[in-house]
Amino acid sequence: MRERVPPLLISVLCIGIAILYLPILVLIAYSFNASALVSVWGGFSTSWYTQLLHNDQILDAAWLSLQIGVVVSTGAVILGTLAAIALVRFRLFRGRLLLTGMVNAPLVMPEIITGITQLLLFVSMLNLLGWPHRGFTTIVIAHIAFCTAYVTITVQSRLQGADRSLEEAAMDLGAGPVRAFVDTTLPGIAPALASSWLLSFTLSLDDLVISSFVSGPGASTLPMVIFSKVKLGVSPDVNALASLIICLVGVCILLAGYLMRRADQQRLADAQMAEQDA
Amino acid sequence: MADTESRVAHGRNNWPKRHGKWLIILPPLLFLLVFFLIPFAFALKISLADTAVRVPPFTDILSITPDWHIHATWNLGNFKYLFTDEVYGLSYFYSIKTAFFSTLICLALGYPMAYAIARTSKSTQSVLLLIIILPFWTSFLLRVYALEGIIRETGLLNSALLWLGVIHHPLQIMRTTLAVYLGIIYSYLPFMVLPLFATLEKLDHSLLEAAADLGSPPWRTFVDVTLPLSMPGVIAGSMLVFIPAIGEFVIPTLLGGPNNLMIGRVLWDEFFGNRDWPVASAVAIAFLVLLVGPIAIYQHYNTKQMES
Repeated sequence: MRERVPPLLISVLCIGIAILYLPILVLIAYSFNASALVSVWGGFSTSWYTQLLHNDQILDAAWLSLQIGVVVSTGAVILGTLAAIALVRFRLFRGRLLLTGMVNAPLVMPEIITGITQLLLFVSMLNLLGWPHRGFTTIVIAHIAFCTAYVTITVQSRLQGADRSLEEAAMDLGAGPVRAFVDTTLPGIAPALASSWLLSFTLSLDDLVISSFVSGPGASTLPMVIFSKVKLGVSPDVNALASLIICLVGVCILLAGYLMRRADQQRLADAQMAEQDA
Repeated sequence: MADTESRVAHGRNNWPKRHGKWLIILPPLLFLLVFFLIPFAFALKISLADTAVRVPPFTDILSITPDWHIHATWNLGNFKYLFTDEVYGLSYFYSIKTAFFSTLICLALGYPMAYAIARTSKSTQSVLLLIIILPFWTSFLLRVYALEGIIRETGLLNSALLWLGVIHHPLQIMRTTLAVYLGIIYSYLPFMVLPLFATLEKLDHSLLEAAADLGSPPWRTFVDVTLPLSMPGVIAGSMLVFIPAIGEFVIPTLLGGPNNLMIGRVLWDEFFGNRDWPVASAVAIAFLVLLVGPIAIYQHYNTKQMES
């Protein structure tokens, strides 16, 4: 039984949510402003959106960011899932503490520090080994490092809740450990993998600070281009671009949330079925 | 005996069973080691080097002389420089101060929000949480930019206040300290609400009822029961706001004025503006040392919460 929520708390909650959403809503509204003056409403227009389609600098940057995002999220899901399996399934191994630390640290490490240290590594590596050249490769590596952390945390919590009895049954029936895992546990954590792919994609698409450090000449991601424009103040074409990105990211997040939720409900339903059968 | 024999006979088949787990452990371990942890060693190394006009723009610390002696030349000059030029000390202090007060305001705003969400029904909870989480993942840079649309001289806030007649001249918020605070609070509020909600949701209601039955007024119950029990969430949320806020670069650059010299901005300028990589590395290392305490506190409470 829940008691009534005091009205004062409700109003603080509403104010908080308003603070979170008002700027975004105003931004989207102004992206449809016909006037080039950002403070005057000149009627509804989609001209800023069509102008984006003719801006090569923005299109190139967007294409680069999307490519980076796809490679990064795929790599991060693979590495993060392996790390999660290692941390949940292998209770004791050398380097466990190290792995736990390295998975948690990127979540709290200020980006500016991660960015500068990674750049110094890449520069020294290039000096010694002749690889990697600053640009696409270095941005991908740097992004995978912090996205892996998010994937590991998400998948780890899913694996901890996963029922191992099916996997054990499969192994009793002669399946190898990999086969047993792929056939029984993997489908159960698949929604977590899909949603952490989407989250990694948005994190990569959004990153400014780390990319700015590790990127080289000629490789400007979308946030880098936006940042250089935004420093000059509010402009209507950036409003349009920002609205597009916010909508894309919003769809990714909602989809990720939906996948996780459906998986939860499925699991709950399965558990109830199992109880009824018993 | 037979057991040993069969073990020897199966030795080959046993190999993947005994060592196969390393195929799972090593890829992420090595990747993060090389591309996340080892870079800190490089930063430390370069912070001890000198600036040089070459690519990369710093001197080698270790050099091997022709007769195979390893020669180390490091200097602590970069670190000494941090103490002599007062801009660094001031920006460290200013960053901590800004992060501290923003965290307090986030806590004051986030606590009632988390408390209200925790009191609603389960289905309302999941909708409200989604509403809070959505901006948390939405482009950080774009949200800061969006805030500029509200607080600039001709923005929504000034227009509304002028229209209401509260003010007669637009307020100058952009490029002030107030804008930096607003930016940090706006950006990091979800980081505060989520961990607070996690602890408040688990709160045992029978304790509150027991306190009420024994005649404790609601505020007493809050101070004596709710607040102490939600401490892990308060600490986790505060650290999640405080730590990244100290290193904030985008907010002071886009919203703040020339006075809002936060350490992230100094680091950026040292690196991209002055191109003094050794001093920038020294600033980063000194900054990291400063963060060890808060990060350790966060990890401590986080593991405790994960275990329970």
